[in-house]
Amino acid sequence: MNTRGLFQAAERSAFYGRRKFLSDAVKVTCGVVLFGLPLAMLARKARALPADAIRPPGALNEDQFLGACVRCGLCVRACPFDTLRLSEFGSQVATGSPYFVARDIPCEMCEDIPCVAACPTGALDKSLTDIDNAKMGLAVLVDQENCLNFLGLRCDVCYRVCPVIDKAITLDLQHNVRTGKHSRFIPVVHSEYCTGCGKCEKSCVLEQAAIKVLPLHLAKGAPGQHYRLGWEEKEKAGKPLVPGIIDLPDRLPESYQ
Amino acid sequence: MKPMPGADAVKEKGWWKSHQWLLLRRSSQIGILLLFLAGPWADIWVVKGNLNSSLTLDILPLTDPYVALQSLLAGQSLMADVVIGAVVVAGFYILIGGRSYCSWVCPVNIITDLSEWLRRQLGLSSSVSLRSSLRYWLLAATFIVAVASGVIAWELVNPVSMLHRGVIFGMGFAWTIVLAVFLFDLVVSRRGWCGHLCPVGAFYSLLASYSPLRISASRRNACNDCLDCFAVCPEPKVISPALKGVEKNIGPVILSPQCTNCGRCIDVCSKKVFQFSSRFNNQMEAMP
Ligand code: SF4
Ligand code: SF4
Ligand code: SF4
Ligand code: SF4
Ligand code: SF4
Repeated sequence: MNTRGLFQAAERSAFYGRRKFLSDAVKVTCGVVLFGLPLAMLARKARALPADAIRPPGALNEDQFLGACVRCGLCVRACPFDTLRLSEFGSQVATGSPYFVARDIPCEMCEDIPCVAACPTGALDKSLTDIDNAKMGLAVLVDQENCLNFLGLRCDVCYRVCPVIDKAITLDLQHNVRTGKHSRFIPVVHSEYCTGCGKCEKSCVLEQAAIKVLPLHLAKGAPGQHYRLGWEEKEKAGKPLVPGIIDLPDRLPESYQ
Repeated sequence: MKPMPGADAVKEKGWWKSHQWLLLRRSSQIGILLLFLAGPWADIWVVKGNLNSSLTLDILPLTDPYVALQSLLAGQSLMADVVIGAVVVAGFYILIGGRSYCSWVCPVNIITDLSEWLRRQLGLSSSVSLRSSLRYWLLAATFIVAVASGVIAWELVNPVSMLHRGVIFGMGFAWTIVLAVFLFDLVVSRRGWCGHLCPVGAFYSLLASYSPLRISASRRNACNDCLDCFAVCPEPKVISPALKGVEKNIGPVILSPQCTNCGRCIDVCSKKVFQFSSRFNNQMEAMP
């Protein structure tokens, strides 16, 4: 074969080599995409925690948690009250991750927080050392129509079982319009103190609990970043924010005059 | 019908000798599972947790390096216990051959072996052929998804940890995934899952590239070409270079990181060609 023939042969084999390389690359890419995309979609879906699944104390926020927790169940083993369990495949909670359902077994707020101590990964944050600072969720009195205290009876059970009684739940007195002469003792939850332990939900005497612990992202509202409360700003500044503003007299409605 | 592979070995060496490694392997797989189960079943807490991360005798932390790596890629910093645990496990498998995990520890191996056994009993031979390199691409995909999503995404569907965790902590519908793997191997692709797809096995094979502990066809000149070893080997491609390498000047040690160190080839060979050996024992035979 002359040099020209050799050259052509080399070019041809380079061409076929390249073509094979390209077709292989396409196949592999297809395979990876076919596998990777559903996986990525599952990962996205996994973040949607159902409303009755509460993460253990100290759990990082859901975005971080599913990257940090290795689904080992050491927290489950450490819990003396069998509160925690690992999600099973097919449930709505990300496979293998720990959670509890307050109405089944609430968290007893152990002083030494064994679940956090046992977690090897920090998915349960070690900086949580005082269980009163836990923010597993937030209790919300979701059903004001059936809560016995709202009906004017003295149930008070959620208030009495609360480990942070008189801080996380208080009873606020209101006039009972129905009877006209009694008070209603309204259970009010304060997010600053509620740990989301779920004792209140567990103990609610109704068939379906009127007070429920919800994950924080469901339970909490949030004002816009720019929103400021005028009276707080005024207090912080120690003077009116807009100087020289005239305070007009408050006018009462005619019937009150 | 062809006699089952290993029939000659049973005749020559007796039943026990020709099932020795298989039995040891099953005892190891089931034993490890029982160690994890002794806690919840009998309140004997030798090991807590599961294969992803565990605590042995309340002092030895062990973590699957593959999961730890995914967590790192998902953007998390690893705590000391996890790093120690992952290094210990990785070091162990670097020493004894990465895919020893597959044949001596992984519970799914029992399922896929069963599938293969049933295939042989039923004489099923049709099989979709997959590239055996596919698993590395799937492995890469699990890493990419971890980076992109910040979630250890593979753990949402991983049959290995699902089965293991399922037995210890509660199965849920994990059995459907395990059944899918079983049926896939049985009717779609022979040795399809462990031999071509599983990213966990792919990861552990990466740890085997320098493993001292290897199988050697050290008496390969006694081979009578019965092909029983090829029939039982979960990764038959790994055998030929070593067994048939005399002319090509290739040593007798099976160096491929895909070999699972299961020892089944040792069991079924009536000529006692194979044995556990080391990668440094790879000299060519002295020519007669
Ligand atoms: S604080 Fe105690 S009761 Fe609550 S989850 Fe942790 S170990 Fe269980
Ligand atoms: S101990 Fe930590 S890493 Fe393990 S399952 Fe619980 S939260 Fe996840
Ligand atoms: S969840 Fe209920 S019982 Fe627990 S701290 Fe909050 S209000 Fe109290
Ligand atoms: S390849 Fe995967 S499923 Fe098969 S034995 Fe190995 S780790 Fe287990
Ligand atoms: S070569 Fe032997 S030890 Fe290695 S995987 Fe095959 S049968 Fe098992």
